[in-house]
Amino acid sequence: MSEIHAQTVRFVRETMLPPAVPPRSEAGAVRWLRENLFSGPVNIALTILGLALLYVVLQAVVPWLMHSVWNAKSLGECREIVAQTWGPDASGACWAMIRERWPQYLFGFYPQELYWRPTLAFLLMFVALAPVLFSGLPRGLLWFSAVYPMLAFWLLWGGAVWWWVVVALGFVLAYAAFRLAVQRSSTIIAGAAALAVLVGWSLFAIDPLAALIQRVLPASIAPVSSDRFGGFLLSITIGITAIAGSLPLGILLALGRRSDMPLVKMLSVAFIEFIRGVPLITVLFVASLLLQYFLPPRTQFDIILRVIIMATIFAAAYIAEVIRGGLAALPRGQYEAADSLGMDYWQAQRLIIMPQALKISIPGIVSSFIGLFKDTTLVAFVGLNDPLKGITQVVRADMNWKGIYWEPYVFVGAIFFLICFGMSRYSMYLERRLKRDNR
Amino acid sequence: MTIASEQPQGSFRLSMLVYDTRFRSWTIQIVVLILVALACSWLIHNLVTNLAAKGKDIDFGFLWTRAGYDINQRLVAYTNDSTHARALLIGLLNTLLVASLGCLLATVIGVMVGILRLSSNWLIARLMTVYVEVFRNIPVLLWILLAFVILTEVTPPPNAFKVVEGKEPLAQMWLDGSVAVTNRGTNIPEPLFSRSLGNIDLGIFLVSVDLLAIIAVMVGSFLVNRRVIRSAATTQEATGIRPATWWKSALIWAVPVPVLLYVLGFHLAYPAFKGFNFTGGIQVLHSFTALLIALSIYTGAFIAEAVRAGVQAISPGQTEAAYALGLPAGRTMRLVVLPQALRVIIPPLISQYLNLTKNTSLAIAVSYMDLRGTLGGITLNQTGRELECMLLLMGIYLVISLIISSVMNIYNNAVRLKER
Repeated sequence: MSEIHAQTVRFVRETMLPPAVPPRSEAGAVRWLRENLFSGPVNIALTILGLALLYVVLQAVVPWLMHSVWNAKSLGECREIVAQTWGPDASGACWAMIRERWPQYLFGFYPQELYWRPTLAFLLMFVALAPVLFSGLPRGLLWFSAVYPMLAFWLLWGGAVWWWVVVALGFVLAYAAFRLAVQRSSTIIAGAAALAVLVGWSLFAIDPLAALIQRVLPASIAPVSSDRFGGFLLSITIGITAIAGSLPLGILLALGRRSDMPLVKMLSVAFIEFIRGVPLITVLFVASLLLQYFLPPRTQFDIILRVIIMATIFAAAYIAEVIRGGLAALPRGQYEAADSLGMDYWQAQRLIIMPQALKISIPGIVSSFIGLFKDTTLVAFVGLNDPLKGITQVVRADMNWKGIYWEPYVFVGAIFFLICFGMSRYSMYLERRLKRDNR
Repeated sequence: MTIASEQPQGSFRLSMLVYDTRFRSWTIQIVVLILVALACSWLIHNLVTNLAAKGKDIDFGFLWTRAGYDINQRLVAYTNDSTHARALLIGLLNTLLVASLGCLLATVIGVMVGILRLSSNWLIARLMTVYVEVFRNIPVLLWILLAFVILTEVTPPPNAFKVVEGKEPLAQMWLDGSVAVTNRGTNIPEPLFSRSLGNIDLGIFLVSVDLLAIIAVMVGSFLVNRRVIRSAATTQEATGIRPATWWKSALIWAVPVPVLLYVLGFHLAYPAFKGFNFTGGIQVLHSFTALLIALSIYTGAFIAEAVRAGVQAISPGQTEAAYALGLPAGRTMRLVVLPQALRVIIPPLISQYLNLTKNTSLAIAVSYMDLRGTLGGITLNQTGRELECMLLLMGIYLVISLIISSVMNIYNNAVRLKER
């Protein structure tokens, strides 16, 4: 070894080589293209296929969008304008229809002079939702969120303000009863007391009390009947109310399904499986055809309210299953830890189990909400004017717009897409914010 | 020091019903039972009062009376002289037809898109993401209505296919003159047998013996093929050398069925334009096509997400381990990744199949005569039996859903991770 070593020239590099510029094929756009689009025969074929598909779609859609007509009185006029401006074979979108009919798409047949009411309710909705959705905002705003449902229903349907004030008073009384009872006895008794107050209040006090105050101090705005509702006003009213109602109901059902009490468990399972086993349409038909059989004779029951109740129940069954999954994913130690701290069932649920279970089930809950919002279009089949089928049918029945189909569907679809996509992005944000890396 | 584990002894007090955990759950259950019983009796009382006020009763006898309406798509014999029960059957078969074809098509689309969405090809992955997001976030009703409107309003009328001497017809048939899409429906060739074996009458409907024979031969081919592959595996385990089986499989699949078809005199009847409309072949209704296309593309987007999540749930170590053992990419996918991914994919897949089946009730939007269209539509309106029809309708949908979920659960248990 040593002889060989002695004969070799000693060389130790003492300075770093200057970094060389990568070969041109290994840098920049060329490299990106090669790695992402042309890395092998299969990939090249896929890329060509994708480009061809893109070309087919774009060469149809882009000119159609470019040749949009915004000012016309009918579809025929639209087509004339397109033919005159871009030649006889050109196709163009006729957004003039949307321009003429957008109030109907937004409000249905709501009285025109009262458009400010749903608009105001819609804007206030963001104020009410903001403190619920984003925890950075001042907590005092939550009071407004609590009052908002009554305020919004009053703005939408009109009538005497006192009715809604008395309803709100009922909730306040129920809450007071709950607080009073919970100090003296168990949570269950307190809950039953609050429920009893609520039921008694709504059966015996609301109508006479509201009428009395109205007589002493009249304060009302023009009432609007349910058949004037339509378009996105209807979708959003049903969607938001059912979303807000189905979450608590779903939590209760999920807890019932995991309960130790056989009767409660059996009832919850039967309810959930029944609702999940039938299509929403049949449930809506029950609301419109059969509900009258199960209520006392001559009960008048608003169709939108019926639909909202049915949609809430329907969504609650799905949400219950999602939350059950979240509950099942929690380690048993969490329940035992809560027990060892001496918490009772509801304390443990509220402080330990639910915050974690709900966090796990966020994606499922939000996709149930998205499904529910998309399903609000089905109310068209019980005679309500939803934006997708109801209003579009009205528009397409008009002689001026007969034969138009891409524009209304693209318009309605785009709005649904924006809302649903927004919801799914929010759920991703929430997941990121709540993420704790200890699991 | 004794641990205070003994139950407190003493006389029973009423408050123990609420505060003592031994009795509390019974108290709650009894209260719930009473409340449920009260609610049920209230509802039933209302029902009886209302029915009496309208002079109605609950009677399913209407099912055996004459229906008196026509159904434009029927898989088994039906005339307007048939009973309402027969109409129910036609509707049920139509629902099942669109649901099963839809599930099949949605699975094909979903698996393809789900895998392509994970592709290293940037363009394809983005295109598939756009497809999934667009279809998931827009109501399925829109796709059904749009597909139906396009099929009925853009396609040419049948007489555009008329061949006049010396003039090119306005519309061309596709696939070498075998498929014609008109604004009335899609005309496709009809498979016929010139030496048919006839039908068996099952009492409810006729079953073609030809079809049964073809199915029997296919099942036989499948069983023989499986045997060949098993014996190859046995040989491989014994000797280490796997005998070539591909030509045996090819022979098993490529010979018996075509021979049977030839024996039966299989041929296609092509639709042809005669007079004012197409004759020959089968006319597929646009309501069916629109429903099928919309439901499978919509549900396909959801299945794609399930497939993507399933494949992503398998750790890359599994693929690397398979490569380290020398398995080629195809077999790695088939033998290592897919069996594991399937466990993750199947539960959401079941719920998507259920959703698709329930969404077939949106046939109402395009007047496809499914179960809701016959039983819950015309029968309900003609007989005025809302209660009975809705009960039957919900019951049947419930049974279909329960069957699908139990069948898929059995499969799910079969492929489940067998833990020690």
